[in-house]
Amino acid sequence: MISPVLFAAGGEVGGDFFRERTSDTLPCQAQTDQPFCFDWARENIDRFGTPTVQHLELVVISVMIGFALAFALALLAHRNTWLRTPLLAATGILYTIPSIAFFFLLLPVTGIGKDTAIVALAAYTLQIIYRNTMLGLENVPSSAKEAARGMGYTDRQILWRVELPLAVPEIVAGLRVAIVSTVAIATLAVFIGGGGLGTQIYGGGNLTFPTSVFIALAIVVLMAMAFHIALLVAQRFLTPWRKARVA
Amino acid sequence: MTASLPPIASFTGAIEFIFSEQTSNVTGGKKVGGFEQAVELTLKQLEVTALALALALVVALPLGLYLGHRGRGEVVLVGLANAGRALPELALIALVAALIGIGLVPVTIALAVLGIPPIVSNAYVGVRQVDPAAVDAARGMGMSEMAIIRKVELPLAISTVMGGVRSATIAIVATATIAPLAGVVTLGDFIINASIYGEDGRLAGAILVALLALFLEGALALLQRRLTSDGLKVKTA
Repeated sequence: MISPVLFAAGGEVGGDFFRERTSDTLPCQAQTDQPFCFDWARENIDRFGTPTVQHLELVVISVMIGFALAFALALLAHRNTWLRTPLLAATGILYTIPSIAFFFLLLPVTGIGKDTAIVALAAYTLQIIYRNTMLGLENVPSSAKEAARGMGYTDRQILWRVELPLAVPEIVAGLRVAIVSTVAIATLAVFIGGGGLGTQIYGGGNLTFPTSVFIALAIVVLMAMAFHIALLVAQRFLTPWRKARVA
Repeated sequence: MTASLPPIASFTGAIEFIFSEQTSNVTGGKKVGGFEQAVELTLKQLEVTALALALALVVALPLGLYLGHRGRGEVVLVGLANAGRALPELALIALVAALIGIGLVPVTIALAVLGIPPIVSNAYVGVRQVDPAAVDAARGMGMSEMAIIRKVELPLAISTVMGGVRSATIAIVATATIAPLAGVVTLGDFIINASIYGEDGRLAGAILVALLALFLEGALALLQRRLTSDGLKVKTA
């Protein structure tokens, strides 16, 4: 069942996982009825450092690219109404294609490694961020826009000083959903040799043993929570005139 | 011109793999691929997706509708929705395989777990957004609480409810791709066991998985249109 291609793609982390594991098997690793082996966790916690950093890198870069693109598309569609539906459909297609399939559809073009993972993850976030940005802009009360126009604001000033600030809660909510989902989905990058915490779940063509999976899972969930809280705090600072709304 | 040739060649190979058998590089020249196997694995992926979705619906839809009707448990549901998004599907499949076992039943349960949060939270939100006047009118007409949920709130909330069902379906069908790791041989087998199926097989798997997901999404969008009452369509159109 071990695939040489994926073994090579999985990176060194997955590769030496089994070598080390067989060289010094701890007593509780042999006990299959015990789901978590604390001795192993204590001795091997360092091995999660590099994958965690790789994982962060995958998430931050892909969400930054996704945000920049989706935000630009939303501004474009805001000005040109006819673009709204086609862009929603196009980003919807990218959102629907499962990431793991997307990786291998891109493979002939972008090759093995984290670039492919980043492109696919960024494509996945487009729909969420685009839709929320559009929603935020649409929800701006027309009275606020009219007041700005009455004060002599140009279209551009209305967009940047009135509409976008008032749309911040929806935009940040979209970013939050996008980033939390990406933290989880980035574990699949292991299949395309993109590294990250997935290497501690699926290494060298096999699933790793539960202790390693639990630790990777805990890091992923903590990372997602950290992003979630950081964005809630950011939202509060960006919208000092209102209390952050929990959505 | 030459730079664009390799990608095109790979896609041609993948299409060939779907329609005609190839000799595998390993396992003693065993035949792999071909239309029959492609259909078989597609049906397996559809089967496990449908089972998991049905299980998720049975658990999540009544719960979400009821909580929405009573207006209770918002904090818990928001937390559940966020936790559901943060749950890495790879870890879920790995833990289910290691701790519960491999096969159709454990995988169906694991996939259903992924589908529950979006269905519950969307059903809740959808019902909460229903105009209270409509509910009061129904109550005034003597409808029971159950009838109000089924005949008033659910039809009025259908687009939000279906939004949750669509998110759940996308998550489930995507994760069914890695189900071969837990012993359910779906289309993902072409992708995960590339040593058996070759690069053509892997790309063929990716194409089929993408098409299957898009097909399901399209079918649910059509279903949503059918389920939306004509009165609501006039208002939104």
